[in-house]
Amino acid sequence: MEFEPVIGLEIHTQLKTKTKMFCRCEIVDSNSPANSSICPICSAQPGVLPLLNKKAVEMAVKIGLAINAKINRFSVFARKNYFYPDLPKGYQISQYERPVCEDGYIMLTDKKIRIKRAHIEEDAGKSLHSIGSEQLDFTLIDLNRCGVPLVEIVTEPDISSPDEAYEFLTELKKLLRWLEISNCDMEKGELRCDVNISLRENGSKKLGRKVEIKNLNSFKAVKDSLKYEIKRQSEMIKDNKKIEQDTRTWNAQKGETISMRSKEMANDYRYFPEPDLVPLNLEQRLIDEIKQSIGKLPSQIRDEYIKKYSLKADDIEVITSNKYINSYFEKITNFTDDKNVIKNAINIINGQLLAYINENKINDEDFLTKSPDPEHIYQIADMISKNEISSAGAKKLFEQSLSMKKSPKILVDELGLKQISNTDEIEGWVKEAVEINKKAFDDFKSGNEKATGPIVGYVMKKSKGKANPVIVIDILKKL
Amino acid sequence: MIVEKTARYLENIKKSDDKIKAFIEVWEYDAMERAKRLEIEVKNGRTPGRLYGYVVAIKDNMLYKGKSITAASKILENHISAYTATAIERLLKDDAVIIGRTNMDEFAMGSSTENSSYFSTKNPVNTNYVPGGSSGGSAAAVAADFSDVALGSDTGGSIRQPASFCGVYGLKPTYGTVSRYGLMAFSSSLDQIGPFAKSIDDIKAVYDVIKGYDPKDSTTYKTIPDVQEKKYSELKIGIVDFDTNAMDKGVQSNFEKAIETISKISKTKRIKLPHLKYAISTYYIISSSEASSNLSRFDGIRYGRYVEGADINESYGKTRGEGFGSEVKRRIILGTYSLSAGYYDAYYLKAQKARRIIKNDFVEAFKDVDVIMLPTTPTPAFKIGEKINDPLSMYLNDIFTVPVNLAGICAMNVPYGKSYDGLPYGIQFISNNFCESYLFEAAKCLL
Repeated sequence: MEFEPVIGLEIHTQLKTKTKMFCRCEIVDSNSPANSSICPICSAQPGVLPLLNKKAVEMAVKIGLAINAKINRFSVFARKNYFYPDLPKGYQISQYERPVCEDGYIMLTDKKIRIKRAHIEEDAGKSLHSIGSEQLDFTLIDLNRCGVPLVEIVTEPDISSPDEAYEFLTELKKLLRWLEISNCDMEKGELRCDVNISLRENGSKKLGRKVEIKNLNSFKAVKDSLKYEIKRQSEMIKDNKKIEQDTRTWNAQKGETISMRSKEMANDYRYFPEPDLVPLNLEQRLIDEIKQSIGKLPSQIRDEYIKKYSLKADDIEVITSNKYINSYFEKITNFTDDKNVIKNAINIINGQLLAYINENKINDEDFLTKSPDPEHIYQIADMISKNEISSAGAKKLFEQSLSMKKSPKILVDELGLKQISNTDEIEGWVKEAVEINKKAFDDFKSGNEKATGPIVGYVMKKSKGKANPVIVIDILKKL
Repeated sequence: MIVEKTARYLENIKKSDDKIKAFIEVWEYDAMERAKRLEIEVKNGRTPGRLYGYVVAIKDNMLYKGKSITAASKILENHISAYTATAIERLLKDDAVIIGRTNMDEFAMGSSTENSSYFSTKNPVNTNYVPGGSSGGSAAAVAADFSDVALGSDTGGSIRQPASFCGVYGLKPTYGTVSRYGLMAFSSSLDQIGPFAKSIDDIKAVYDVIKGYDPKDSTTYKTIPDVQEKKYSELKIGIVDFDTNAMDKGVQSNFEKAIETISKISKTKRIKLPHLKYAISTYYIISSSEASSNLSRFDGIRYGRYVEGADINESYGKTRGEGFGSEVKRRIILGTYSLSAGYYDAYYLKAQKARRIIKNDFVEAFKDVDVIMLPTTPTPAFKIGEKINDPLSMYLNDIFTVPVNLAGICAMNVPYGKSYDGLPYGIQFISNNFCESYLFEAAKCLL
């Protein structure tokens, strides 16, 4: 019996607003002193009322539009009730029966993953049970995160492999970063993912009992835990064991999932409409404005590039990863529409430029101001296309134009990096080399491609490294 | 004058609050200092605020920064307000002197002020009787001449019923006209702050100051629409036909007397509110459901009473078990049950539907009349201890007041008549959204 996994994802993303969802406390990062950004509202003093952050609502709508969802012009907030020390009100304000976005999808390379809903909610605070490796015999509560706006995105169970889950998350993350809705740093909890997985017989329509895996803090954890669960569940089925509805957690060190609570212990959240907030009524005009502001999405841009420059999807990954890199790339295309030059430019971006960005820890936002002049990248790419420089020369030009703040066009001469492509001059050196290395030449002629070493070496020495090796080989072939 | 008046009220409190027990705390020093300062400022030429000259008592569920607040609950013993409620801020801005915080049923749950964790308040008219509740302390403070006016909160009658029992005016404004920011929530969709006073003018003065949009409360109206002005003689009054079985005979004959009086002045019309009988059960499901959630924050972790247990769940249990009184627990259990999976549709959702139907009764009625007239309560004040062990009969005392909260409209108790043993009776005028002015006019008919 063969099994096919049925996977659904629940993703929480933290919105990059200045202030919290229901109060005017600033959102601070996790290094800030505990409880340094709290107020009567987010610490749930008696008598306080929530005050909706309109920016967060707009961001949620933006997400909805970007995932092709239906935007509900009328939606309601609901209370999700449960007791926990880092949930000061004893309930979380969320959306239940009428979320702001419904029925969307994201296109993967060759599959559509439907999205059931996306709704707005607030984050809880943090409970600290240990400091470093030291377990505390009490719990510390930090409410800085309490009330930070989140959007929860729930997919339909359309995902059928751990790799597909990974691809979906990568695509979603890209989209959220593109829209500048979230930085999606999973280590900082800006993106969190829970998965639901069940197995069914290949071709069957009947769904198995689903198991939820919570608190996955990386895409790798999502993939690994799914792989583990598929193995665990299929073994159970083969052994005729019943799979129970279960909530499990992923232990990355041991590489296994562990049961947290069974169905009997499942929470009853007693959802009901939040009476302290009026229902959300979105004007069509606002939705239209948000739609306008989104512009082209990375998937659209990707399709355009593939057509226009005959590029492969992998090549485009970086230049469509966020708005800043993309507009940088667009600037380069202002100088040329030669496919070869553009391909070379993309290689430079994917290679040296990205390394430079990572090394200097340059933020997306600073990309345009702190990167080399796009015209310089164009010039280097252009010279590569024209065989005017070697790949080593290109690397040197990139570095030097950055540090000397000079254009590669000038530097190529100043640094003597121009390759010699003058066939007559090279032919002379090649003939000399053949004279000296007769055996190597014969070997080459009889089909040993590797035998050119001594000949090319001689020409390079003579030309001080400037002879274009491609031309050297061409000449050799003709001799 | 304001200094003298404040001093006189403080003197009254000193003399007789031992017997009445209207106040949980009297802010003698603060009130006197403020009175002195205001008087000097005004003498020096500052334009006095609209409530200059008013001494106000506030219910113990409205936050006033730096002052203790408990909602008459042990779970909040020693709690200090971290900020000031919008309604209180508005009183202060308009130069009111706040004299103290008044006793109430714990978290505003009750109709007699016997559910206070401190003590029972006595009815100033006859101290063997309850003052009503839950704003019993505020009603008693005004009736006993401890302040000019007082603020209470009304979720299902908690202003109008004690006003009726103590023989003073009490207004439950239209939902969304007075900010709830800083009012400890009992039932968010029903709660509303309102004034007690000895005259219609004073009720109006306080209401005018506290009403209006508050950006901190999303449920307040951005603008309160003007309604067509009508003199009391121009009002059309609806008189409700209802089942008189549960009614006290005295209340009934008093109500008939009021009808007779009013018929001579205004036009009247017999109307029906066919779904009135569902109001109590609807009210107790909705208010308890919301309360069960609203009261979750009292977990002892950030403020208030905390009782340590072996683990977090036991700590919650002990803190809330010892901190809340039995009526509060009863409502939390009722509300939690109504919202639980499998019961939600049968209780909470059905109650919401019933609420719409009840509201619709009023919508229909107001197509014909400007004001509806009902007794405020089916009985006058009852004796202390008489109903405390019979929650259902206590709940039934709210039969005429809760429909108003469910509909979100406004209503006022007007003191009118007395029983043979001197207990006050009250007439309730009810009007549509934003039509408080009709209530004030209608009340003039019974002067």
